[in-house]
Amino acid sequence: MALTNWIRRHLLAFVAMAVLAILLVPNVVVALFSFNKPNGRYNYEWVRGSADAWTNPCGTPGICEALGLSLKIGITASLVATVMGTMIAFALGRHRFRGRSATNMLIFMPMATPEVVMGSSLLTLFVALGLPAGATAILIAHIMFCLSFVVVAVKARVSSLDPKLEEAAADLGAGPVATFLRVTLPLVAPGIAAGALLAFSLSFDDYIITNFNASPNSVTFPMYVWGAAQRGTPVQINVIGTVMFVLSVGIVLTGQFVSARRAKAA
Amino acid sequence: MAEIAAAVPGTGHPLPQPRDSRRNWVPYVLLLPGLVWLFVFFVVPMITLGSQSLQEGDVDNGYTFTGNVAIYGDALQSYWQQLMRSIGYAASATVLTLLLGYPLAYFIASRKGRSKYVLLVLVIAPFFTSFLIRTLAWQTILADKYPVAGFARWTHFTDLLQLVGLTNNDSLLSSKFAVICGLTYNFLPFMILPLYSSLDRVDGRLLEAARDLYATPWETFRRITWPLSLPGVVAGTLLTFIPAAGDYINSRLLGNTQTVMIGQVIDAQFLRVLNYPLAAALSFVLLVLILALVTAYVRKAGTEELV
Repeated sequence: MALTNWIRRHLLAFVAMAVLAILLVPNVVVALFSFNKPNGRYNYEWVRGSADAWTNPCGTPGICEALGLSLKIGITASLVATVMGTMIAFALGRHRFRGRSATNMLIFMPMATPEVVMGSSLLTLFVALGLPAGATAILIAHIMFCLSFVVVAVKARVSSLDPKLEEAAADLGAGPVATFLRVTLPLVAPGIAAGALLAFSLSFDDYIITNFNASPNSVTFPMYVWGAAQRGTPVQINVIGTVMFVLSVGIVLTGQFVSARRAKAA
Repeated sequence: MAEIAAAVPGTGHPLPQPRDSRRNWVPYVLLLPGLVWLFVFFVVPMITLGSQSLQEGDVDNGYTFTGNVAIYGDALQSYWQQLMRSIGYAASATVLTLLLGYPLAYFIASRKGRSKYVLLVLVIAPFFTSFLIRTLAWQTILADKYPVAGFARWTHFTDLLQLVGLTNNDSLLSSKFAVICGLTYNFLPFMILPLYSSLDRVDGRLLEAARDLYATPWETFRRITWPLSLPGVVAGTLLTFIPAAGDYINSRLLGNTQTVMIGQVIDAQFLRVLNYPLAAALSFVLLVLILALVTAYVRKAGTEELV
């Protein structure tokens, strides 16, 4: 029994680690090939080591413009979606009102619709309205599909909130505004941060919906990568991919440890 | 606590009742901006998409509504194969993500403290790196001259793949196999996270009780852990299947001309052929087909609250 248990436990750990490896191997390959010096236009085969791309990350025309546009759209879209999504999450988590289930349905629908359908339907709307494709159209689309994910992330936090804490604040003489700002908001903040981060990464990473609403003047980073995949991929793409990976792991780990320390201190 | 009337479904926490009727407008004010946005940029586009499919004309001279329902017959007849292929690939990838994701989600849920956080971050991290770049990396990983393909040949795995029709030759790239691999990889975190969150909520005392009652580990899993993780299985399945069925990036980057998925057709018809009515009809068919499958699945799996 002890032996079979040992095997069972370690088999699970082994399979889990193998799956984790599948998830991470592409990131390792991306990082490795950021130090490659390819012979032709395609960076798929290892030729020889070089840090050229790292010293010159904007060295390929258009790449940093695309990156800048994606950052701009990502930040704006996640800010707007986070504000609107948090408001909806509070309404759903704290209030009883008519049309609750209809609202839930409307929030769920964009998550249950394939991107290609959302992208093409927005295209038909913008064509019908005569609104030109471009950065504005992309921004509108991104806010729309990020919204539901923010609602889900924040709502989880709002509904797990203990109402006793707010009652205590009220008993201690805090007004509704003070209670909200000094008790409710700090407690919900991790959910809001998670929602905002998720919205940013969804917006930053979107290719399919963006492609339907972009113009030649509004090339986002994923669109640049897609174009490069047809013409030949510059090593700089791997450099930017690696930086994104390291930065995001850093940000998420810091966030986790800060909130863990805070929980310990409280 | 007297003012607490109802409980929020799915959580044990009570929902505070508004103190007086004057404040009943609060939820509506909170909902207004977001719901208006969703209505204008999600619901209305679905209507224009439906209307576009029933119009005739072209991009240069404009469209007129003719109610040409026959376009749906044409669309289905021409692209039935790509549609079914998309459903098949998405279903295969969903099953694979469940098989691969469950052990990892279970393992993470059974960890404690710091290692749990680190593992979760490692699962989420790929989310934050451009998935296009990572999909391109699979072109390198599966390339003929590199170890994965070599190992597959050495173990005759490629022969097996050829036998079941997942590849045409002894390489892994540009095949059905590569596309399903790519889809599985890309949507794995969407399966792992909901599975983890429901497995993490399983009360350890139930497992102890099962052990005390002499249940074998397998029986404990089958009769306690698995049923309790079903909400995660349902959510993960939907989060994987729906986007996978509409995806065409994996089939474009890792597949060949025989792996074209419906998203690729819709993209090309809208953006290159400029046949808007046909493209809109295909989009609509995909949406309806997915909604029908999802509804049937949710009915069978029986989960009341998804959001």
